[in-house]
Amino acid sequence: MKRIIAKQEACMGCGLCEVYCTVAHSKSKDIIKAYNSERPKPISRVTVERNKPVSFAIQCRHCQDAPCVTACLSGAMTKDEKTGQVTHNKEKCIGCWTCIMVCPYGAIKMDKEGKVVAKCDLCQGLEEPACVANCPNQALVFKEVKP
Amino acid sequence: MAKYVIVGASAAGIGAVEAIRDVDPVGSITIISDEPCPQYSRPMISDFVSGKADFTKMKCRDDEFWKQTNAEAILGKKATALNLAEKAVSLESGEKVPYEKLLLATGGKPFVPKMDGQDKDGVFTFTTIKDAVQIAEKIDAISAKSAVVVGAGLIGISVTEALVKRGLKVTVVELQDKILSLLLDAKASEIVEDVVKKAGVDIVTGQSVQKIVGKDGNEGAVGGVILTKGGQVPCDLVIVAIGVIPRTELVAGTQIKTNRGIVVDSNMQTNVPDVYASGDVAEAYDFILSQNRLLPLWPLAMIEGQVAGYNMAGYKTTYAGGTNMSSLKYFGIPVVSIGLANPKEDATLEVLTKHDAERKVYKKLVLRSNVIVGMTLVNSIERAGVLFYLMKNKVNVKKFKQKLLEDDFGLACLPLSLQRKMCVVQ
Repeated sequence: MKRIIAKQEACMGCGLCEVYCTVAHSKSKDIIKAYNSERPKPISRVTVERNKPVSFAIQCRHCQDAPCVTACLSGAMTKDEKTGQVTHNKEKCIGCWTCIMVCPYGAIKMDKEGKVVAKCDLCQGLEEPACVANCPNQALVFKEVKP
Repeated sequence: MAKYVIVGASAAGIGAVEAIRDVDPVGSITIISDEPCPQYSRPMISDFVSGKADFTKMKCRDDEFWKQTNAEAILGKKATALNLAEKAVSLESGEKVPYEKLLLATGGKPFVPKMDGQDKDGVFTFTTIKDAVQIAEKIDAISAKSAVVVGAGLIGISVTEALVKRGLKVTVVELQDKILSLLLDAKASEIVEDVVKKAGVDIVTGQSVQKIVGKDGNEGAVGGVILTKGGQVPCDLVIVAIGVIPRTELVAGTQIKTNRGIVVDSNMQTNVPDVYASGDVAEAYDFILSQNRLLPLWPLAMIEGQVAGYNMAGYKTTYAGGTNMSSLKYFGIPVVSIGLANPKEDATLEVLTKHDAERKVYKKLVLRSNVIVGMTLVNSIERAGVLFYLMKNKVNVKKFKQKLLEDDFGLACLPLSLQRKMCVVQ
């Protein structure tokens, strides 16, 4: 499957990926509304990890044997055998945070307002995930990699 | 003859079915459950009582699950006997189900100590959907205003939250000196206790219930409890949530070895070939304590079931082990506690803590020889999984120890070699 890979040497730690991810996952798709008025507040599913001078962006790795899927109490987190994607069903999620406890990448976020978790869905419907498409230094690439 | 027979259709049973089908698409599977409606999430019964989830939402696998996995589900029938020589399970209906490979995933049942008056109307336990339905119905039927919850562990606090959401005045009675004592140290317990109390809950520690008394004019119905030190708490309901014990009845009198639960090896196989056990009924490996023990937790039951399933289907798999680990969301305060979160004084252990009273943030790591062996995170759990990875993989954290409890701790703080191993960077 196609995965998002971070190039640490190219990442400037600007955080634009987080901004574009937030907007891509907002209802309005409008940067001003997404940040100022939308409720529940849309949140970014990508995180820029920083430890100066190192930085890189990380989001759900869509693991082959995903610990979040096994640990999920409600059946909200599932592995799509066809696409290889780990998908999260917000309607089934109960916000127990068990997936956060077991994700080695810290890639699952708490949507405190919505009382559910949120994570990368590879921007379904877009040609390329928003974080990849909008990285000013091409520090994120979307490519076919072996699981 | 069914190739695979599984007794119990909760987490471990479901995990086993999925694993078997991963490697054997055709071998016949029969799964037996005494519950009429399996594949629901046991930890969600509190959400059912609070009204946050209906039964449809509680289904952790959809209705097509048994069809999709081509498993024959025998529901609402109890397995009553096990004949190892004959390789068959007997049901209460008299039927016999022969097996080639058997998984015992019978789970746990509530432990109820002897209390005077425990047979009164309005006394419940809290482990199954049946319990949840009965409690919800009772609250409506008698317009219940108050409840006493006996036991302040995971089940006790979760039912307390559900009852508070239903508008009941709840008193929690706990024998230990603090709530969630198996998971939390004094500080973490105090922070959570504070939040629970602010929700209007009374907490009585260091005591238990010695007697359940009847209502004035209706002796048969719950009217209150008398505590061990003599105090009395009036209430309409009593929920006994002291803990669960393994349902080992099926193996009693057989040659299958039990300790407190069924004893298994690293393949989740019992001492009898072709018979496996997983979930709350089994004593599985704890990778922190380096010994097998009871760990009645949903995510571990699911993995143990998977390991059993793979081995039953001939795909050799070893259980890496679990440990005491829970993520809590009670009363809105997120808490993660894993492993030796509250160890006794021990010179070989190093303890790192950070407490921010204002933000109600508390973090604690327990290390042995620079390897994380325990952690507690209160109100700041976002990086729990990264720390758990380090713990599970016994990563030496010496070089970045001072970063572990920082707010900005994350993958960027790990050595490049580890980042590469985790495939987070190229």
